[in-house]
Amino acid sequence: MKEFSNTYIFTFSSIMVIVVALLLALAALQLKPLQDKNIEIEKKQNILASINVPATAENAEELYDKYITESYVVNTTGLRVDGIDAFGVDMKAELSKPSIERALPVYVSTLSNGENAFVLPLRGKGLWGPIWGYISLNKDLNTIYGVSFDHQGETPGLGAEIKESWYQQKFIGKKIFQDSTTFVSIKVLKGIVDPANPHAVDGISGGTITSKGLEAMIDSCLVLYKEYYFINRK
Amino acid sequence: MSTSSKNLKLFTAPFNLHNPITVQVLGICSALAVTVKLKPAIVMGVSVMVVTAFSNLLISLMRDYIPPRIRIIVQLVVVAALVILVDQVLRAFVYDVSKQLSVYVGLIITNCIIMGRLEAYAMANKPWPSFVDGVGNGAGYAVILIMIGFTRELLGSGSLLGYNVVPQSFYEAGYMNNGMMIMPPMALIVVGLIIWVQRSKFPELNETH
Repeated sequence: MKEFSNTYIFTFSSIMVIVVALLLALAALQLKPLQDKNIEIEKKQNILASINVPATAENAEELYDKYITESYVVNTTGLRVDGIDAFGVDMKAELSKPSIERALPVYVSTLSNGENAFVLPLRGKGLWGPIWGYISLNKDLNTIYGVSFDHQGETPGLGAEIKESWYQQKFIGKKIFQDSTTFVSIKVLKGIVDPANPHAVDGISGGTITSKGLEAMIDSCLVLYKEYYFINRK
Repeated sequence: MSTSSKNLKLFTAPFNLHNPITVQVLGICSALAVTVKLKPAIVMGVSVMVVTAFSNLLISLMRDYIPPRIRIIVQLVVVAALVILVDQVLRAFVYDVSKQLSVYVGLIITNCIIMGRLEAYAMANKPWPSFVDGVGNGAGYAVILIMIGFTRELLGSGSLLGYNVVPQSFYEAGYMNNGMMIMPPMALIVVGLIIWVQRSKFPELNETH
């Protein structure tokens, strides 16, 4: 076997590392705009799903422009904050801030029947990683119009079912206020839940921790908008 | 044997008697994880094929200049760079599939097939045969993934590539999708069945003690 000097080994590895780093940096820079676009389209698809408008990657932007007529940011006192782009707000970063500094996005959609629905972002923890989604409320800011949930790595067939429409449909029509003033959120319960119960849905058998995470996520994110509901409900 | 028939053999051997999954039992974990649906199985198969082919080619081109003392590191750098490239390209062009594959694309780097081919073949052979060997092994891996993906999606979800293929009349007559096919253990059982069929047809694969 050929012998190589230490100098050769050092030079060889240095050149290799520099060449590889340059190539990868170049590729990452070139592909970044396309990747960002994909992430943006996915976000729009999720927002549309929460107002029960199914969108493909191709028509998501067109449908988003059609249905989402306004978006703005509010703070925890329910007042509008100017100068922040709602679409660009990262909920993960906002939730780690102190409550008063949080920027909370609201997307206003105009539905086919001319009424408004208000889409609010959610973010929480599942069993294996983060779960997130959007929830849309009718103009009474109490009744759920639609939801969309997504997850990073919940168990397929169990916790991952939160992403499926058969499960998400259970949330439609539920109410987050008990009477007009008491915020109760939505409970995700074990066993058979009376479909007439306005504040509870079935959990997923075998997906208890994901179900609990979902309940906590909905509660902790929707409660942030409490003042906003009081100010804006019609 | 002429060069071209040698190359053909290099390409075809991994499909059957030298198959990386069913004979050498390498690359099993990704085969279990990404085969719930056919589409991710195909994309994963093609990704691994690209990485094995080009890492074999590059290492073979560099083989006379790689100091033996750091050869594993050099191989890893080449494989890692290719895997990152594949990952970036998937994220840019087939975002939905790249999400389903999630960490497994990154884990191609730990796929034993790739390092195995680099050490066993590319370090000692000319670039072209090495490239063919890489394509062959990647394709041998892809074929098994596609077989498993096909079976699991058909029986588990009643669809292929997302299109429903089981007619509605079957469901009305009482047919049900087999939910167990979606679970990872079923991939292991399907691999086991493929290995069983293969070894019954080719008794020379059976170990004799």
